[in-house]
Amino acid sequence: MKITHEEVKHIAKLAKLSLSEEEVEKYAKDLGGIAEFVEKLNEVDVTGVNPTAHAVDKYNVFRADELKDSYNREAILKNAPSKEAGCISVPKVVE
Amino acid sequence: MYEKLTIHELRDKIKNKEVTIKEVVDDVFKRIEALEPKVEAFVTLNKEYAYKRAEELQAKLDNGDNIGILGGIPVAIKDNMCMKDTLTTCSSKMLSNFVSPYSGTVVTKLEEAGAIIVGKTNMDEFAMGSSTATSAHKKTTNPWDTERVPGGSSGGSAACVAADMAIASLGSDTGGSIRQPASYCSVVGLKPTYGLVSRFGLIAFASSLDQIGPFTKDVRDSAIMLNAIAGHDSKDTTSVEIEVPDYEKALDGSVKGLKIGIPTEFIKDGLNPEVKRAFDEAIEKLKELGAEVKEISLDYAKYALPVYYIIAPAEASSNLARYDGIKYGYRTANFDNLEDIYANSRTEGFGDEVKRRIMLGTYVLSSGYYDAYYKRAGQVRTLIKEDFDKAFADVDVIALPTAPNTTFKFGEKSNNPVEMYLEDIFTVPVNIAGLPGISVPCGFDSKNLPIGLQFIGKVFDEQTLLKVSYAYEQNTEHHKARPNI
Repeated sequence: MKITHEEVKHIAKLAKLSLSEEEVEKYAKDLGGIAEFVEKLNEVDVTGVNPTAHAVDKYNVFRADELKDSYNREAILKNAPSKEAGCISVPKVVE
Repeated sequence: MYEKLTIHELRDKIKNKEVTIKEVVDDVFKRIEALEPKVEAFVTLNKEYAYKRAEELQAKLDNGDNIGILGGIPVAIKDNMCMKDTLTTCSSKMLSNFVSPYSGTVVTKLEEAGAIIVGKTNMDEFAMGSSTATSAHKKTTNPWDTERVPGGSSGGSAACVAADMAIASLGSDTGGSIRQPASYCSVVGLKPTYGLVSRFGLIAFASSLDQIGPFTKDVRDSAIMLNAIAGHDSKDTTSVEIEVPDYEKALDGSVKGLKIGIPTEFIKDGLNPEVKRAFDEAIEKLKELGAEVKEISLDYAKYALPVYYIIAPAEASSNLARYDGIKYGYRTANFDNLEDIYANSRTEGFGDEVKRRIMLGTYVLSSGYYDAYYKRAGQVRTLIKEDFDKAFADVDVIALPTAPNTTFKFGEKSNNPVEMYLEDIFTVPVNIAGLPGISVPCGFDSKNLPIGLQFIGKVFDEQTLLKVSYAYEQNTEHHKARPNI
């Protein structure tokens, strides 16, 4: 199966990755190869078969709605690349 | 020399005061310091923490207190498991500076059981790979032949146990990432039933497939490690509420009357003749020991790999969307606006294989392709599960090789992603169906490279899995072989 350069660029945009022209070429080839490999599934008759999303059937797991302490703010913020006044900071997003 | 022992040997020596915990920790770190330049199994070492723990545990023991089923045992964990105040990188540039503010449930459980976590092991970046060579940090080698890969993605966890740099370790298995490296390194690797071990604090790759399990030097140790980490956890909604048995009690040494199924048709293609010979010998051994061997068919198992390469990347592309350079992890220095932060942080922070899988996952979930790929993969997944259900109506366990080949040289399979993916052909169906699987050493090829025998069990029947593995192991010598490193 062939995946075009346009498709690769579109997918990269959705995945928030920037690719060089060389990489576009490489991913078109790699993804095309993998897509061809998974096309083997087209030979299976799946009429009327329900899809499985999880190996163990579990539905709507709830917990009691209780107030509990969460993680320490300082500890969490230690990992933030930039912070200000106890918050994570980012570049201006509104003009 | 204490680093060479197993958990069950050490626990008695520690309890009987034949050795202090500090002496055990000393020997393990001496071994790590001597071999790490060759094996490169660790991303982070917790030496200070280890000695502090050793002192605390020894004081408790000397006081007559119970120090737990892993009391004083040095273990390692894969670097995708969060440990409080410790670097947790997933072997990615993206998380190279991430210090976890909390501990995952398995880490808490190991600590409660008295284990000493000596370090965090190298892996394929975000657990995506079968060689550990996609790590952003270092190249872990196979202790049996340092020109070759340890397997992956939990390669560091397998290599450190094989080389006696830890008594046992934890890995995670999404498509074979515990069993395949266990096979390549001649150690025991167990992937429990999906839902038996909590995934809270395990950095997600493909959430419907990921499961944590142990690497050990023998089957008894595997049962002990599982005793320590199994059980329901309210912090993981996919964790299942079941009564957890004492797995060590299942090891009675007998396989008499046990029915073992062989999926002859499924394993006949692409199997290396030397692996086949070792596998056939293992089956003969099991027959000799009184097991009843039956041929079974798993008609849809051959579709497990294509199903996996839709489901796993789809889930990964969604799970890895959280790495955006904002809250934690790598942030690019090169940006003018928010959109640039996202794209440049991800582009610079992720390695090649991770990007390939994010791209693939995004593609199969993108508008217009969902039914053709993701939905169809889910349907075939149902058929694969039903196949196993049918087989298990007739047999107690299924036996097959862990991997079609023995370990390969660095770079040997890196040009064609599909060729690398084929190494997981015998392990992936187990994750797709959520079943437990184990790899135990079953011999060596003509280059003295290890071969693994895989057993697959019924859902939550780790007891039978461990029972058959133990009986096989105790009647063979393969697990006693150690690499000459």
